[in-house]
Amino acid sequence: MRPSTLVLALLAGLALAFAVIFGHFSGSTATDAERLAANRALVERYGLTDLALFTEARYTRHPSQADLHSAFQDHPAALEHFPTGSLVSPRSLPLFRDAPLAGKTTSPD
Amino acid sequence: MRPWLEKQLHLIDFTLVSLARRKTKNVGLLLAYTLIVFVLASLSLFTHALRSEASYVLAGSPEVILQRMVAGRHDLIPAGYLERIGRIRGVQKKEGRLWGYYYDPVVNANYTFMARPASEVADGTIMVGSALARERGLAPGNTISFRSYAGKLFGFTVAAVLSPDSELLSADLVLLSESDFRRFFEYPEGHYTDIALSVANPQEVRTVAAKLSAALPDSRPILREEVLRTYQSLFDWREGIVLTVLAGAILAFAILAWEKASGLSAEERREIGILKAIGWETSDVIRMKVWEGLIISLTAFLLGGIAAYVQVFHFGAAVFAPVLKGWSVLYPRFTLVPAVDGLQIATLFFFTVVPYTAAVLVPIWRAAITDPDAVMRA
Repeated sequence: MRPSTLVLALLAGLALAFAVIFGHFSGSTATDAERLAANRALVERYGLTDLALFTEARYTRHPSQADLHSAFQDHPAALEHFPTGSLVSPRSLPLFRDAPLAGKTTSPD
Repeated sequence: MRPWLEKQLHLIDFTLVSLARRKTKNVGLLLAYTLIVFVLASLSLFTHALRSEASYVLAGSPEVILQRMVAGRHDLIPAGYLERIGRIRGVQKKEGRLWGYYYDPVVNANYTFMARPASEVADGTIMVGSALARERGLAPGNTISFRSYAGKLFGFTVAAVLSPDSELLSADLVLLSESDFRRFFEYPEGHYTDIALSVANPQEVRTVAAKLSAALPDSRPILREEVLRTYQSLFDWREGIVLTVLAGAILAFAILAWEKASGLSAEERREIGILKAIGWETSDVIRMKVWEGLIISLTAFLLGGIAAYVQVFHFGAAVFAPVLKGWSVLYPRFTLVPAVDGLQIATLFFFTVVPYTAAVLVPIWRAAITDPDAVMRA
């Protein structure tokens, strides 16, 4: 067999495998969908707000609930020392986070 | 069509023989190239899958969570606070939640304790996350004792271990009854950790938050959309950090590939001179080099991509786990649902295959348009 035929066949095989893997196997199967639905139900039932990815420190366990300066919570100017601190981003909130809410209502309902 | 195809096949044959003459160099380049594609593709697949999973499951979290702040810190919701909220239009349900953290010195891990109604978890029993159960060797029916922050020892019977499928959410969770929670943490009666509100109409969530802010100036409403945004930005940031760390390696590879692709060795130069001298046209030489670039970069892209997929979705992203784990003792075991963003793959293709193939062309064109005699003598 010519080397070109061999290489082209190999490339075509790889491209086909790539397309099948990324195209066909992507997306959720019935089992995946079931698991995702069960997890969503768990979140709804227990009112969970965060993934249990960073359990090392209290304030990295629930990044969405931690207060805004939690990295310095041990004492003022305490530098962040947990590795997750470099992985968890600062919250993407505007500087004056309540500004859009201010002045919208004058009294509670 | 046929002569054209035949010509291309001959060109590829010639390219392969030419590549085989510098076997070690080219195999090394292919390996480095594949590795770079593998790392970049793994990173992109992993973060995208985590982001999709987080946004899907966390879409079920409470619409609004109300925390109370004292001197800029999260404080307990005092008795009577729930009533002060009053009846806000659009709020279907408001409930005080009890949860907190417990540091277990036995395994040096932090657990999340959460109170559930007595109908779900009976007094004296707990339900635990499967990572915690694994770490402490627990099974339903076992008893475990925790020393509370007040120094008292509390014994609990494990009623159930939460499904391992939910580990990504419940790895460190301990569910116990409300009265056990209050006794264990010595929570004052009527106090809560925060308040969860459910709002039926998503359009009204911001209005409800505004009303809460107005009614209770010391409170901080956290909206579900903020929770979801936190997770979007968290993984963007993480991806960025890893990319920054990888930048050196990517740059080194770019220099290697550029040098290989754009700088011609004396041998290659002579080869082009000879080809021109025996009658090859400039366009043939360029075509041959395009095939060379395409064969190397396409093979690297396809191999790297497939390896990344297998690594992320079948081997639990073992390459990134140590980075993600940090100092966590309880780290969830989870398999992600394969979620592939076509745009990400296209971007990766564009930034790996196209530049290399293009970089090959310039020096070849320069060498190919020069007089064969001058090229061979240079």
